[in-house]
Amino acid sequence: MIRVVLPAHLRTLARVDGEVKLHVEGQVTQRSVLDALEARYPMLRGTVRDHVTQQRRAFVRFFACQHDLSHEPPDAPLPDEVATGAEPFMIVGAIAGG
Amino acid sequence: MSKVRVVVGTRKGAFILTSDGKRQRWDVSDPHFAGWEIYHLKGSPADPNRLYASQSSGWFGQIIQRSDDGGKTWFTPGSKPDELTTPEGMPKGESNKFVYDTSPKTGKPLTTHQWYDGTPHPWEFKRVWHLEPSLTDADTVYAGVEDAALFRSLDGGQTWQEFAGLRGHGSGSSWQPGAGGMCLHTILLDPSNPKKIFIAISAAGVFRSDDAGKTWRPINRGLKSQYIPEPNAEVGHCVHRIAMHRSRPRVLFMQKHWDVMRSDDGGESWHEVSGNLPTDFGFPIDVHAHEPDTIYVVPIKSDSEHYPPDGKLRVYRSRTGGNEWEALTKGLPQRDCYVNVLRDAMAVDSLDPCGLYFGTTGGQVYASADAGDSWAPIVRDLPAVLSVEVQTLA
Repeated sequence: MIRVVLPAHLRTLARVDGEVKLHVEGQVTQRSVLDALEARYPMLRGTVRDHVTQQRRAFVRFFACQHDLSHEPPDAPLPDEVATGAEPFMIVGAIAGG
Repeated sequence: MSKVRVVVGTRKGAFILTSDGKRQRWDVSDPHFAGWEIYHLKGSPADPNRLYASQSSGWFGQIIQRSDDGGKTWFTPGSKPDELTTPEGMPKGESNKFVYDTSPKTGKPLTTHQWYDGTPHPWEFKRVWHLEPSLTDADTVYAGVEDAALFRSLDGGQTWQEFAGLRGHGSGSSWQPGAGGMCLHTILLDPSNPKKIFIAISAAGVFRSDDAGKTWRPINRGLKSQYIPEPNAEVGHCVHRIAMHRSRPRVLFMQKHWDVMRSDDGGESWHEVSGNLPTDFGFPIDVHAHEPDTIYVVPIKSDSEHYPPDGKLRVYRSRTGGNEWEALTKGLPQRDCYVNVLRDAMAVDSLDPCGLYFGTTGGQVYASADAGDSWAPIVRDLPAVLSVEVQTLA
């Protein structure tokens, strides 16, 4: 199972507490994880990636294993620790604004 | 006994204020959608328990929320368990999907408008400024968005389609944003003619459709804006708000960037009615529920000083449809007050006497239960108020 940590506002929107656990078919990539996340929680569509372009929203970042993966290609494999569930894939809202 | 429900959108959440028909004692809800900007929320005239809310943030974009129980509980349309998948098994979750129509047939591939410097700029959806539920069908709701366009949902907010004829009518590529963004902020539905819709855009002007949204034309004759290259231009005016009385939909009132205006012919022509106002800059304008010629504005010092003149928060009322104005001050701060009242932050109820409500960027929501003669704060310390609407409940 893939573990995903959502920012607080998206946890509220999805009505979940704590980490989300997802089953991902095939290779574990940003795209496959986000596809699985949005399929399970359709209300999150458009909040992490733009509805049309599927690009990461500007103030959203992806972290895992203490690395910023935000600029990695969406189809690049995520670290083994994420694929095995040892480490979570973290969706983070940038610290900005008031 | 009648009740009133005032729904307030703020920079950090929505609040619901309720009272009985006396409008003296109020209950203030805990924040809904805490931490999110709520540009607007409004109840359906066809079903008072149906409310729609525009929830947004710079981080996570646009969300549409709906309540079917008068604001007690909310959900994103299309996310209830029985709505989660289409017959083909695909998840929906498209209630926040606002996609501009660029098809050759309806959208006339219009992809750019003018940027602040006059260069072409791609049309980009940013947020929903205003939600206007249908007068007759609770599942039909219109959305005015930034960058300026009009959308409609026929399924209770689950999916949205653009009225592409507005942007594509001819002048769309020349529209330019105002300082607050290029927003479609006002939608007026004509109670006497379901095919007639008025909308207003900053900074393009007022537009009217006579065929239920299919085709549009600008209706800005008579507006004069000294801050644009051609002061009498057909489009390009920074209209802040328009209002009508439901019994007399051919008469429109406008608060423009500067100037308070009136039209007696459904927007075909406008004339100024600023009269003796201390300043004719401002944002909201509204009409008394039972007196079609009684109108209200909140004068603001200038376009660069967004607070009341002399530090005195004054609502101005005209009982003559403009030109002759009286200051309403009782109960409002008359010194050291430097708040603003935004375009969607004033509303009237339909009780007798008519109640008025407005919210400030300082977080106060003021109410008058006597048509503006006297005021009292319902609540003083909310986040900055973006919108105020009221429902009169049986």
